[in-house]
Amino acid sequence: MYILWLRQIKRYSRSRSRIVGSLGQPLLFLVALGFGFGPVFEKAGGGNYVQFLAPGIIAMSILFTAMFSGVEIIWDRQFGFLKETLVAPVPRLHIMIGRTLGSATVAFLQGIVVFLIAMVVGFRPDQWALLPVTLLTMFLLALLFTAFGTALASLMEDFHGFQLIMNFLVMPLFFLSGALFPLEDLPPLLDVLTRIDPLTYGIDALRGSLIGMGHYPLVLDMGILTLLVVALMITGSWLFSRIEV
Amino acid sequence: MTEQTTQNAIIEAKELTKKFGTLTAVDNVSFSVKAGEIFAFLGPNGAGKTTTIKMLTTLLHPTSGEIQLNGFDPRYQQDAVRKSFGIVFQDPSLDDELTAWENLELHGVLYGVPKGLRRERMGQLLRIVELEDRRNDQVKHFSGGMRRRLEIARGLLHHPKILFLDEPTIGLDPQTRNHLWSYVMGLNRTEGITVFLTTHYMEEAEKVAGRIAVIDHGKIVALGTSAELKTQTGQPTLEDAFLALTGSAIREEEAGALDQLRMHRRIMGRK
Repeated sequence: MYILWLRQIKRYSRSRSRIVGSLGQPLLFLVALGFGFGPVFEKAGGGNYVQFLAPGIIAMSILFTAMFSGVEIIWDRQFGFLKETLVAPVPRLHIMIGRTLGSATVAFLQGIVVFLIAMVVGFRPDQWALLPVTLLTMFLLALLFTAFGTALASLMEDFHGFQLIMNFLVMPLFFLSGALFPLEDLPPLLDVLTRIDPLTYGIDALRGSLIGMGHYPLVLDMGILTLLVVALMITGSWLFSRIEV
Repeated sequence: MTEQTTQNAIIEAKELTKKFGTLTAVDNVSFSVKAGEIFAFLGPNGAGKTTTIKMLTTLLHPTSGEIQLNGFDPRYQQDAVRKSFGIVFQDPSLDDELTAWENLELHGVLYGVPKGLRRERMGQLLRIVELEDRRNDQVKHFSGGMRRRLEIARGLLHHPKILFLDEPTIGLDPQTRNHLWSYVMGLNRTEGITVFLTTHYMEEAEKVAGRIAVIDHGKIVALGTSAELKTQTGQPTLEDAFLALTGSAIREEEAGALDQLRMHRRIMGRK
C-alpha cells in the first residue's frame, strides 16, 4: 500500500503546472471575492469577509484536488497503468486504500498551502488551540472526496464523464456549501441544499475551529464527515474491486 | 483441431466462452499449453486474442468454461494465479510520470520481491534491455521501443513461470523486434519460462513459437506447429496458410475509447 501512496505523491510533486494551476484559483478567489465583497459584507454586519471566506477556499482547494485525484483512475485506465496494478497479486482493497490515502495526502497538503496563502492575503485564525481539529477536518475532507472521486471513476469507462462530474457535481458541491455565504437566514430551498451538501459540514467545522463561527456544533460536523468517509470508502472499494478492463 | 490434454499442461482452457452483451468474443475455446512451451495465438483484429489473455490473467471473468493456470483457477484463486505470470500488455501500461527505475520498483514491491533481490534483478534486467543509462529518466521521455523493453523487464522482475506477450512488437523497428525475440527465446531456453504470445507478424510466430493456434471470430480454427498448419492448408507459407484459414476480408475494429482519449489529450495539451 505504501508504494501506491508514494506513487501518488511523486506524481503530484512532478506535475508543476498542476500545482501552480491549482494554487492560482484559490488565490484568485481569495483576492477577488475577499476584497471585492469585503466592504458589502462588512456593511451588512458580517464582519471581515476574508476571515469568513478563507476556510471556504481552503475546503474548495481540497475538494478540487481530491476529486481530481480520485478521478485520475480514469487516466490510469486509459493509459493502461491500472491494468498493471490490477494483475498484481495484491488485494484490490489494498490498492484502493493505498492510492486513496496517497491522493488524500496530496489534497491535504494542498489545503495546507492554501491555508498559508490565505494567511499571506490577510487571514488570521482567532484560535490556534483547535488547530488539530482543523487539520483533522481537512484530512477527512480530503479522504471523503478522494473516495468519492474513486467511486465515480470506477463506474466510468472513459473521459467524457469527467466534464459532467466537474459541472454537475463538483461545482454545485462548492457553491451550495456555504463556502461563500453564511448559512443563516437562507431561503428554504437553498437551506435544504446546503444541508445535503457534505462540504457544508467540512467548511463549518473549519470555521468553527479556526474563527469560532460554526453554524452547527463541531461534534456534529465531525461526526457527519467521519460517517461519510467510512461509507464512501466502503462503496469505493466495492466498486473498484469490480473493475474489469 | 487437435485436442491435447497433457499431464504437464501449465495453461489449460476448456470450452472457454466470453460474451459482451450479444457479442461473443471468445466462443467455446479449448487448448492447453505445456510447461516450457512457446505458444502463439494468431488471429485478425477482434478475433478474441486479447480477451482470452485477459481471462487467463484474471482481468475478465469468463462467461462460461474452465481455465487453469499453473494449477490454479484464475476465477477463484486470483492471487496465486497473479503471482504465476508476468505480462506485457498490448497497450502501454507504464506510469509516464515515474522513472524507469521507479516503475520497476513499484512492480517489485507489489509482487513482494524482497528488497535485496529486487534491486539486484532490477539492475540486471535494465542492463539486459539496455536501459541502464536511462534508469532515472521519466518514462514519458522514452520512445515506443524503450517503453516496450522496460515493460518486458518489468514483466520478468518477479520471475514468473509464464510470460504473456500480447502483441509485444507492435510499432517496433526490426532491430528491436529481433533483439526482443532472441531475449525471450533465451529466457525460455535457460529458465524454462512458458511463453504465451499473440502477434500479427507471421514470420515472428513461425520463428519463435513451437505451436500456433489460429483464432478467428472467437474460435480456434487450427492448432499445430507452423509446418502442420502449412500441410493442413496445403499452402507454402504460414501467411498463406493464415489467409486460407481466416479469409482475406479486412476486419474492422471499432475505434476504442483509448484512441478517442489520445486525441482528446492531444487537444487539451496535457503533458
